[in-house]
Amino acid sequence: MSENVPADPHVAIVTTAGGVEDGALTISDGTPLKRALARAQSHARRKAFLLVLPLLAFIILTFVVPIFQMLYRSVDSPNFHDNMPNMVAWFAQNPSGTEPDETAFTALVEDLKLLKKNRKAGLVGTRINYELPGSRSLFTKGARKAAKLEPPYKEALLKIDPKWSDPKLWQVMRSAASPYTFNFYLAAVDRTRDADGKIVRVNENRRIYLKLFGRTLVLSLLITFMTFILAYPIAHLLATLPLRKSNLLMILVLLPFWTSLLVRTTSWMVLLQSQGVLNDAMVALGIVSDDHRIQMMYNKIGTVVAMTHILLPFMVLPLYSVMRTINPSYVRAARNLGATSWTAFRRIYFPQTVPGIAAGALLVFILAVGYYITPALVGGADGQLISNLIAFHMTGSLNWSMAAALAALLLGGILVLYWLYDKLVGIDNLKLG
Amino acid sequence: MKKILILTTALAGFAYAANAEEVVTVMSWGGAYTKSQVEAYHKPFTAATGIKVISVDADNPATPIKAQVEAGNVTIDVADVEFSDAVRLCDEGLLEPIDASMLPPAPDGTPAIKDFIDGAIQDCAVANIVWSTVVAYNSDNVKGTPTSIADFFDTKKFPGKRGLRKSAKATLEMALEADGVPASEVYSVLNTPEGVDRAFAKLDTIKDDIVWWEAGAQPPQLLADGEVVMSTAYNGRIFNAAISEGQPLVVLWDGQILDFDLFVIPKGAPNKDNAMKFISFATDTQRLADQASWISYGPARKSSSALVGKYIDGKTDMAPHMPTAPANMSNALVNNFEFWVDHDAELNERFNAWLAS
Amino acid sequence: MASDVSDNAFVEFDRVQKSYDGEVLVVKDLNLQIGKGEFVTMLGPSGSGKTTCLMMLAGFETATNGDIRLAGRPINNIPPHKRGIGMVFQNYALFPHMTVGENLSFPLEVRGLDKTAREEKVKRALEMVQMGEFINRRPAQLSGGQQQRIALARALVFEPELVLMDEPLGALDKQLREHMQFEIKHLHERLGITVVYVTHDQSEALTMSDRVAVFDDGRIQQLAPPADLYERPENSFVAQFIGENNKLDGVVEGFEGDEVIVRLADGETCRANPVKCGDVGSETLISIRPERVWIEGKTTPNTTEAQVLELIYLGDHVRCRLQVHGNDEFIVKVPNSAGHKHLVVGETAKVSWDAQDARALDPL
Ligand SMILES: Nc1ncnc2c1ncn2[C@@H]1O[C@H](COP(=O)(O)OP(=O)(O)O)[C@@H](O)[C@H]1O
Ligand SMILES: [Mg+2]
Repeated sequence: MSENVPADPHVAIVTTAGGVEDGALTISDGTPLKRALARAQSHARRKAFLLVLPLLAFIILTFVVPIFQMLYRSVDSPNFHDNMPNMVAWFAQNPSGTEPDETAFTALVEDLKLLKKNRKAGLVGTRINYELPGSRSLFTKGARKAAKLEPPYKEALLKIDPKWSDPKLWQVMRSAASPYTFNFYLAAVDRTRDADGKIVRVNENRRIYLKLFGRTLVLSLLITFMTFILAYPIAHLLATLPLRKSNLLMILVLLPFWTSLLVRTTSWMVLLQSQGVLNDAMVALGIVSDDHRIQMMYNKIGTVVAMTHILLPFMVLPLYSVMRTINPSYVRAARNLGATSWTAFRRIYFPQTVPGIAAGALLVFILAVGYYITPALVGGADGQLISNLIAFHMTGSLNWSMAAALAALLLGGILVLYWLYDKLVGIDNLKLG
Repeated sequence: MKKILILTTALAGFAYAANAEEVVTVMSWGGAYTKSQVEAYHKPFTAATGIKVISVDADNPATPIKAQVEAGNVTIDVADVEFSDAVRLCDEGLLEPIDASMLPPAPDGTPAIKDFIDGAIQDCAVANIVWSTVVAYNSDNVKGTPTSIADFFDTKKFPGKRGLRKSAKATLEMALEADGVPASEVYSVLNTPEGVDRAFAKLDTIKDDIVWWEAGAQPPQLLADGEVVMSTAYNGRIFNAAISEGQPLVVLWDGQILDFDLFVIPKGAPNKDNAMKFISFATDTQRLADQASWISYGPARKSSSALVGKYIDGKTDMAPHMPTAPANMSNALVNNFEFWVDHDAELNERFNAWLAS
Repeated sequence: MASDVSDNAFVEFDRVQKSYDGEVLVVKDLNLQIGKGEFVTMLGPSGSGKTTCLMMLAGFETATNGDIRLAGRPINNIPPHKRGIGMVFQNYALFPHMTVGENLSFPLEVRGLDKTAREEKVKRALEMVQMGEFINRRPAQLSGGQQQRIALARALVFEPELVLMDEPLGALDKQLREHMQFEIKHLHERLGITVVYVTHDQSEALTMSDRVAVFDDGRIQQLAPPADLYERPENSFVAQFIGENNKLDGVVEGFEGDEVIVRLADGETCRANPVKCGDVGSETLISIRPERVWIEGKTTPNTTEAQVLELIYLGDHVRCRLQVHGNDEFIVKVPNSAGHKHLVVGETAKVSWDAQDARALDPL
């Protein structure tokens, strides 16, 4: 037994000659070896943990916490619940479907008075307006006039605005009375609740989110594919050229990184627009007539071209770093073994570049899904992607809950794709550099 | 112990010294617009009060307010925002209320409440300028002379691409105006589903000829490049391109949509008192008139109009370039913030769905 | 077998030149004929152009000038995959994403063999290198020696007539290397294939080859069977590169019969075998193998005094470093057997060698 013990100068190990029944090893002071080892290792682990602590804290603070905040916000809806106590109580006492009676309207008027006092009418109105457009002013008007109302309240309120009896309004208020809601997710997939609380699709002319999710997916995949097609030969060239020349070419590939996004986008506009350089050149060469300039901007072509250009380096770099490590002797071996150059590429070279393709595709795809400035500028009506609407709800309508629900769905969608991708390619098969 | 005492005293002294340097941070939109405010408001304000004005720019100053207030880390004292943003931010309790009685009266003694244009004073906001969304055209490229908003939608009479802001607001109103709805009825028509359908139907007639823009700098560029022959635009941008840069751009005032830019104070602003002082100072009759010498946006006070002088080039009279000039107001529409706060999300969804179809 | 292959050479390099950059000739005027079934080794220091020659033969580099012929046909314009030459690469080049079985089956697949035939041949090839049970492993799961065998099996599985090996054993430890040398030699004999082998290890070259081509500076310095190479180096590079070698610088003073008389640096003369030396007055380098020198014992015209500088005990023999004719790196190997004088450091001894064993070569 003692011969098997590695000669470790740091731990004096003695074999217990029958002292302990199971013959466990102990070190010289009698502590069992396992415990001594665990102690020594836990010390090392603590130290290692302390070293990564700043990074961990940084990631938690800047990444994990915001994501959870976002997820929380997508279901959080406190405004109605916190500011309309009488209504919340009425909804709690009366099940869904109860016709709103005088007690209901009394509660409503009491709450409207509260809103006026606390200056919260806009807040509550905005919350209801998210689900029933046009109701914000209902609340602000109602709150303004609530103090002067005389019972019976139902009649009095309906006189101000008959919309107060709309069953849909009462359904929305009932669902808003709960401090948490999934309705933003419903809205994010073009669904809503009807007056009975059943989930239905929104009116056809307002169905937009699913369409944009789909378009974002298709466009991102197309862009990923385009970058792949373009980047593969470039990366191969870079990887096989002598270092000095490849470094020079690499600078050209990285050039887009060094210019600001807007400058790049604008230069594409200058190039592609119908009075732009490309069209001018084609007209000058007589390829197209002056009246039939090709529309390459403000449509899908513009988006795909500009985004492909902008994201190209993210595909080139992982591919390049993988290709650089592939010894040319593999292809030579294949050729030597009788494979044509195409077979050697297909069977030997290409499979070995898959980790680079995998990494590049993932990078480009995820970036493409999140880009919205470029498509908005060069894509025209077709350039509207889901990120544009997230931005719209963040900065335009200030409906952060809706933005959060859309972003959460996008995140969920990407995670599903990621999972699929893991099944197909294998994440451990991913090589970023 | 003694040392610590000395140290803290010294630190307190520094802090006091820093406080003594009174500041107010004003966030605006950048470019020529911020410059006009720096010249007309900031410099005279510092000269008059000794309070330093720190000028910060954002693509849309309303955007950072919600994030800052929610994070409890407000760095802006005054922000220059659009109407619907001012109302929404106020609704959400993200702004300090503004006491209109603090605002100085007009030189003739008219109280501020009466002197400001209708709607220019809100619970949490005071307007400083009136700007407008107008139709502009490139006189070199357009065949003939467009005279009305209807011509914008008439691609037979005036062939060529049209530039439009990629947003429901202003676009739908203009569509209705072009379809013959008088300015006074636009919002009541738009408040009905049939009215919305009518606006989209009008837009359908030119859908294939539209180039959509998003940033205010784009339309003058699109017009100058010949990418479009007519475009909606902010009147100040067109003025700048036409007068300062000499571009052949012409504003068609028919059907213009007037809007306010307003000063607001974010809740928890670090120098709230200075912010209030700044707002009262900047929105007095003379300052508002002064700003119009730097950019072609109209003052929000009626009493300022008479004081509007020449552009800084010294020869262009500013009065006819004001959206509020009587000649330009013949068929003008004032943006209805109440309508848009109610229907912004809904109509933008519909608008996006229409774009995508 | 190796002596005359010029008429029906299987592989022939005919005045081949190669330059990569248009400035330096990496291979200068290469002439080499290899007979069918021969085992020829290209031996030379790193950078001498061995791999380049092999790559030209395999078709991955084109000769800048000259012809390469295989079985009498010029192959300059045949693409590599049609040459039917097996090759073992320096780093083995086993396809990392394929199992051992797939690696071996690859050349058969591209040749269109059906599945059963492929499996049969793969199995046989793996058994040949005693790796039958590793068929489902990936190259990364094999040791260096095992990878080497697989590379060998893969180069042989499609039964090429010519196999090229570029330093195939370079990455193995000494013991395994010697073992594999034996196995490769054995396979060569059993299969009757022609092998062109590249190494920079002289003992490997000497033990395995029918003939060795010593490369230096883009040229073949000497092409000969191993024994000749060692015993009769034709120039001072070969003499120095192969085995141990004592060098004496001098100037040719005259010729006498089949011997040359050389005036050495210390003023004395030495009789030597004029293998490659110039006329009277030209510089030369005399090369004497350590084991061709004896201490004390019989005297020859080349007997001289030597001072013992260092003795290294190596079991079966003792290495003596002596000062001879002013050269204090002169090595003599004294067998550690009965009847040999035991030297002491510092003493003076008589050393002698035959004029035939002192080869007068070109100066370095
Ligand atoms: N692909 C190449 N491009 C340029 N020079 C090369 C290339 N391959 C080899 N060389 C040069 O040619 C010379 C001979 O190389 P090589 O044939 O690999 O020698 P060896 O195999 O004998 O070590 C070396 O100087 C090497 O630097
Ligand atoms: Mg080599």
